Amino acid sequence: MNMMSEAAVEKALDRKMNAVPFKMIGKDVSVYYGEKRALFDVNLNVRENTVTALIGPSGCGKSTFLRTLNRMNDTIDNCRVTGKITLDEDDIYDPNIDVVELRARVGMVFQKPNPFPKSIYENVSYGPRIHGLARSKADFDQIVEQSLQKAGLWNEVKDRLHEPGTGLSGGQQQRLCIARAVAVSPEVILMDEPCSALDPIATAKVEELIHELRANFTIVIVTHSMQQAARVSQRTAMFHLGNLVEENDTDKMFTNPDDQRTQDYIMGRFG
Amino acid sequence: MTEIVSSSSPAFVRPAAARRDIGIKRRYAAERRFRAYGMAAIMTGLFFLFVLLWTVLSNGYTAFQQTTITLPIEFAEKVIDPKNERATNPSKLMTANYPLLVRDALVKALGIDPKNRPLVKKATDMVSASARTQLRDIVVANPSVIGTTVNVPLLAEGNIDSANKGQIDLKVEESKRKVNDQQIGWMKTLTDSGALTKDFNTGIFTFGASSRPEAAGIGVAALGSLYMMLIVLALALPIGVAASIYLEEFAPKNRLTDLIEVNINNLAAVPSIVYGLLGLSIFINFAGMPRSAALVGGLVLTLMTLPTIIIATRAALKAVPPSIRSAALGLGASKMQTIFHHVLPLAMPGVLTGTIIGLAHALGETAPLLLIGMVAFVVDFPGSPMEPSTALPVQIYMWANEAERAFVERTSGAIIILLIFLVVMNLGAILLRRRFERRW
Repeated sequence: MNMMSEAAVEKALDRKMNAVPFKMIGKDVSVYYGEKRALFDVNLNVRENTVTALIGPSGCGKSTFLRTLNRMNDTIDNCRVTGKITLDEDDIYDPNIDVVELRARVGMVFQKPNPFPKSIYENVSYGPRIHGLARSKADFDQIVEQSLQKAGLWNEVKDRLHEPGTGLSGGQQQRLCIARAVAVSPEVILMDEPCSALDPIATAKVEELIHELRANFTIVIVTHSMQQAARVSQRTAMFHLGNLVEENDTDKMFTNPDDQRTQDYIMGRFG
Repeated sequence: MTEIVSSSSPAFVRPAAARRDIGIKRRYAAERRFRAYGMAAIMTGLFFLFVLLWTVLSNGYTAFQQTTITLPIEFAEKVIDPKNERATNPSKLMTANYPLLVRDALVKALGIDPKNRPLVKKATDMVSASARTQLRDIVVANPSVIGTTVNVPLLAEGNIDSANKGQIDLKVEESKRKVNDQQIGWMKTLTDSGALTKDFNTGIFTFGASSRPEAAGIGVAALGSLYMMLIVLALALPIGVAASIYLEEFAPKNRLTDLIEVNINNLAAVPSIVYGLLGLSIFINFAGMPRSAALVGGLVLTLMTLPTIIIATRAALKAVPPSIRSAALGLGASKMQTIFHHVLPLAMPGVLTGTIIGLAHALGETAPLLLIGMVAFVVDFPGSPMEPSTALPVQIYMWANEAERAFVERTSGAIIILLIFLVVMNLGAILLRRRFERRW
C-alpha cells in the first residue's frame, strides 16, 4: 500500500479508500466440497459502498467465495465452510444467525438472468412479500416502482408490469433480477458474472447501473472480463487456485500490481 | 478478411479423386430405411388401434338401444289388491301378482286364448321378468293408478331384443334357437301396431347388476368406480406429492434414500394382483374392513397408483430449472417457500399428468379388485364407500362371462363407456395443463 503509483494515490485520496469502513470481513475462509478444498484461508474484506471485483481464471474459487458471503453454499450437499465471515459485526456462520435474514441483507444476482416465470410486478414484489416489508397494495406498488427505477427498467416496463418477466429481453431480464434483489433493500449485493450472458449494449447498461447502485449498496461482483472489473470496480481481488493472490485498488491492480501472477493474468499470459 | 478467406479456401477443396468414399449414398439409404421402419411401426400401431375400436364399436353400439314393448296395462284392483286391504297393509302392494297384469295385457294385445297355456307362456316370455318390479314400482309410487289402464313401456326379454336387432340367425332350425317362429310372428304384429319399438337404452347407465341382460346396467359399477377414484385422488395425490417433495428436495442423498428410490421404481412394476393380495390381508383380514367395499378397492388402488404419481412428480420437480431455486433462495425465501411458491407450481402440469395417468390406470384395473371381493353381484346402489359395490372393469369382466347374446353387446357397450371415461380424463389432463401453463 505504501508503494502506490501516483494515479492510484490520487484515486485513493479521491475515494479515501482506506478510510472507507469494511462492510464484510472474511477471515481465514476455507471451503471444502467433500474432500476437495476449493478455498485456502482467504482473508478478504469488502468495503462499504464500494464495488469489489473478484477476478481470476476459471475454477479459481472466486464464485465460491462470493457464495460464502450469503451462505448460498449451504444449498450444496457436503459443502463445508471454515473461518469467519462477518457482516458489520455479525458472524454470518453463527448458528444463531438466520440464513433467511442474512439473505435479505445480502442479495444476489446470478450469472444467467433467472426471473420467476411470473409477472414483472410479482417478480419484484416477491421479496418484500416474503419478508413482510409491505402491507398494502400501495406500499407494494411503491416498492415495485422504486426498485424498477433503481434498476433503470421502470420506463421500459411501466406499461406492462403484469406481463411475464420471462418475456423481456436478456438484458432487461437481468436488470429485472437486479430490481428484484434491490426490492428487499439489502445492504450488500452479490453479482456472479451478471453480464456473461448479455450482449455488449445490455452489458453497458448493467455496468452503468452498478455504478449508480454503489451509492446505496455495497457490491461484490465476480467477472471474467478484466475490462469490466476495471470499469465498474474500485477494489479488485485476484484469485488463483483457491488462493487470494492480491487485493488492491482497481487502478493500482491494473497498472502496477504487487504480485507477479496478477501481472501475468492481466497481461493474458495465463487464465 | 475476404481476401484471406478466398486465398486460403482452395486449401480446403480437395481434388475429387482424392475424396474418401464415406458412403453418402449408403447414409441416405440408411436414413430412408429408418424412416420407413418408423412409419411401419406407427402404421402397425394405428392398425391395431383401429381394429380394437372397430370391434368394440361395431359390437357395442347396439347396447345403447333397447327393445321395449309398450302395452296398455290395466292395473286391475282384483289382481293387485282383491280384498282392498292396502290402506292397512302396505306390503300388499309389494307382493301383488304383477306378472298377471302383463300376461293379461299381452293376451289381449296378441289376441290369444288365455286357456292355451303353452302359447301364453311363449307370449309372456317375450317380456322381461323385470316387468314385475317395474309395475310394482309404479303402483307403490302412486297407488291411485289402481283401477286405471296405463300404457307402460316394458323391457323386451334379452333374446327378443337380440332378435329385434337382427342378431339371431333365423335360418337356424327353430328348436336350436332362443326365439321361436311364433314369437317372431308376434314381434312383427307388435312392431306393426307400434307397440314394439327400439329406443335409446338409458337402463345400461342406471341399472345395477342383473342376470337378465335387458335389466343389467353399469350404474352400480360406475358409482363404485367413482367412489374409488375419489378415494385414490384424495389419498394418492397428497401422499404421493408429499413423498416426492421430501425425497427430491429435503432428503439427504444417501444409501437409504437410494434404496427407497429403487424400491419405489420396483413397486411401480409389481403386478397389480399382488396389491390385491396385500389389500386382502391388510385391509380386510387385519383391519377388518368390509369386503366388496369401494373403500378397500380405493385403498388398494391408492397403493397401486402411488409409485406412478411419485415417479411422475419427482421427474416434474427435477425438470424445474435450478436457477429458479437459487433465485428464490437468494432472495431469502425459505426452502419451503421456494418449493411451494415456485418449484411446485412449475412442476404442477407434470404432477397433474402423472396423477391423471395413474387414475386412468386405476380406473381400468381389475385384478386387485377380484381378490378383495369386488366381483360381486350388486343390485342396489351403494350409499357409501363402505357398502358393497363393484367397478366398471369388473362389470365388463363379469358380463364377458355371461352366455346370453345380449350380454355380448353389453360387454362392448360397457367397454365403450369405460373408454369414454378414460378419454374424458385424459382430455381433462390436457386442459388442466394448458390452464396451468398459461398462468405462468
